[in-house]
Amino acid sequence: MNTIAYFKERFDQLQPHDDRGSLDKFREHAFQAFSTMGIPGSKHEEWKYTRIAGLFNKEFQLPADPLTGSITAADLDKLRLPGHEQANEMVFVNGFYSFALSRIRSKGVRVIALEEAAKNEFQDFVSKWLGDSGQYLKDGINALNTAFVYGAVFIHIARGQHIDHPLYIYHITDARSVNILSQPRSLMHVNEGAHVQVVESYATLGSNESFTNQVMEIVVESEARLEYYKIQNDGSNTNQVSTTHIRQIGKSFSHAVTISLNGGLVRNNMNVILDAKNCEAHLYGLYFQSGHSHIDNHTIVDNIKPNCLSNELYKGILNDQATGVFNGKIFVRQPAQKTNAYQSNKNILLSDTCSVNTKPQLEIFADDVKCTHGCTVGRLNEEGLFYLQSRGISEKTARNLLLSAYASDILEQVKPEALRGQVEKLISHRLEKDLS
Amino acid sequence: MLTIQNLHAGVEGKKILNGINLDIKAGEIHAIMGPNGSGKSTLASVLAGRSDYEVLEGSVEFLGRDLLEMSPEQRAAEGLFLAFQYPVEIPGLNTINFIKTAVNEVRKYRGETPLDAVTFLKRMKEKMALVNIEQTLVSRALNEGFSGGEKKRNEIFQMAMLEPRLAILDETDSGLDIDAIRIVSNGVNKLRNKDNAVLVVTHYQRLLDYIVPDFVHVLYNGRIVKSGTKELALELEERGYDFIKNENTVEAA
Repeated sequence: MNTIAYFKERFDQLQPHDDRGSLDKFREHAFQAFSTMGIPGSKHEEWKYTRIAGLFNKEFQLPADPLTGSITAADLDKLRLPGHEQANEMVFVNGFYSFALSRIRSKGVRVIALEEAAKNEFQDFVSKWLGDSGQYLKDGINALNTAFVYGAVFIHIARGQHIDHPLYIYHITDARSVNILSQPRSLMHVNEGAHVQVVESYATLGSNESFTNQVMEIVVESEARLEYYKIQNDGSNTNQVSTTHIRQIGKSFSHAVTISLNGGLVRNNMNVILDAKNCEAHLYGLYFQSGHSHIDNHTIVDNIKPNCLSNELYKGILNDQATGVFNGKIFVRQPAQKTNAYQSNKNILLSDTCSVNTKPQLEIFADDVKCTHGCTVGRLNEEGLFYLQSRGISEKTARNLLLSAYASDILEQVKPEALRGQVEKLISHRLEKDLS
Repeated sequence: MLTIQNLHAGVEGKKILNGINLDIKAGEIHAIMGPNGSGKSTLASVLAGRSDYEVLEGSVEFLGRDLLEMSPEQRAAEGLFLAFQYPVEIPGLNTINFIKTAVNEVRKYRGETPLDAVTFLKRMKEKMALVNIEQTLVSRALNEGFSGGEKKRNEIFQMAMLEPRLAILDETDSGLDIDAIRIVSNGVNKLRNKDNAVLVVTHYQRLLDYIVPDFVHVLYNGRIVKSGTKELALELEERGYDFIKNENTVEAA
């Protein structure tokens, strides 16, 4: 597959040439950027340990509309998260938002086709913030998503609304007949004083290979509160680049938890831009990978304005031949005095053949700031293991208890109870399987 | 109950125990004393089955079975308990869940059904009262942020819950003030009966004021060089370990 030529052909097929679409110029611009940069290779500083260029040697179909997926309600039922009876459910199929499968129940939540939003009352907002992540992620993969912004949505969380039930966003890729590239895109506006919980999950159907290149951009206004959860537990035939870009433009609170339990190759970009005084941001991550899977968490916390607090804790467990990457950037711009920024990455390696590359990266231009960072890579605590065994607990159970204990402070950060229960269950199944 | 014969052991290629012989019967309390580096903690570790210790020679029989062949969890299930000198802090592991898991794993080993929640809680309350430990403490993560005294009390609480036949107390008095020693010792004394035994490993005599031994053994250079009754502990307290060292140097010469 000649990547750029393939996407050029696809782009020309899809892109209307009469310039009527409200996002045409935007896509055009992004495609040019993609053509220049291409799929990032290992020479790209941010992609040194995560190789995706080779994946495109295979043929992936980039669908033109969601109908090619043909997901039924029965398919969806199997993928639903607990608590879905009350939740707002948003469904993307092969990267296209499906209004038919989605159900918005809560007052204060509006989901509109992005193409529509870009020409109605939200026009200014869309043109200002759509593509904000591209400022930080200067690579062809981000541009590729933008170049094919079709079936994307704008999510509006109304001012002052405390949304009573979470937004569950399912990204379903139907790879039952061919390899599929899906590129979901969404832009969300959390207005003044609004509170909302967002949960994104991913599933591939079928045994062909899937590549999901997803971007979600979220703008958070003052006195608003965003809880964001990303649950990744897809098959080993799946590849994923998942970008969540949060910009806090008023004194606000964000809390993001990324749980990655499976997937062939997973690259997460978690960006939090603290673009107002007195913002608070919490970023948590837990990854547990085995087999030949690869997990890469790239995070950016950009302190632009003074008096912000950010706290970041990512913990990993790697087994078998799994590989991991953690790259945590913290920028403190010159005006961002009195910044408090904390970062920690901890890793437990269960086998001799797994590995992790972890790198904190702090760029501080203000002088009155408090920043700490640290990373550890180690084995399971042998002394703890012996302690538990000496109380009659079998080695397997002891390992299980120790790993559960290790993961517990991240799991506690999953606030919706039904979701936390589900994640705990997934982890205990994995521990049972991996430690046997 | 426990018969140690000619036990030689070491760690990381360094030989520490040089032929220990010891016989402990049900109902007895034995104390092992000795200067720093004499091998006291090594003996406790070898008996509990710590994997980095290597047994080079000799045998240990516990309740008629070969102890050295067993995994640490088997030893525990067979009725051996080690109260750690430095109990391990495990953030994220709730103390009650941990003890419940331990009790039920031991029951499983013995072919017994797991305790139901009500019975477990009832037993726990009883034992908590016995060893003077508060609910707030056991509701926390295992030993995390516990004071020295709280950690040792938690050890004795675990001992109470597991009801071992032989309890080895490894320097249980280290880092404790007199009040804490008294509380911990009271717990141990209340758990005593004619069917179980206690092996107290200590550097100082003071713990033995509270847990009164039937026999005192002095360990030096990896061997028991002197055995006696509790008066021996008092003599050591008075004269220090130097007289043992001197006696042994003379013997060697």
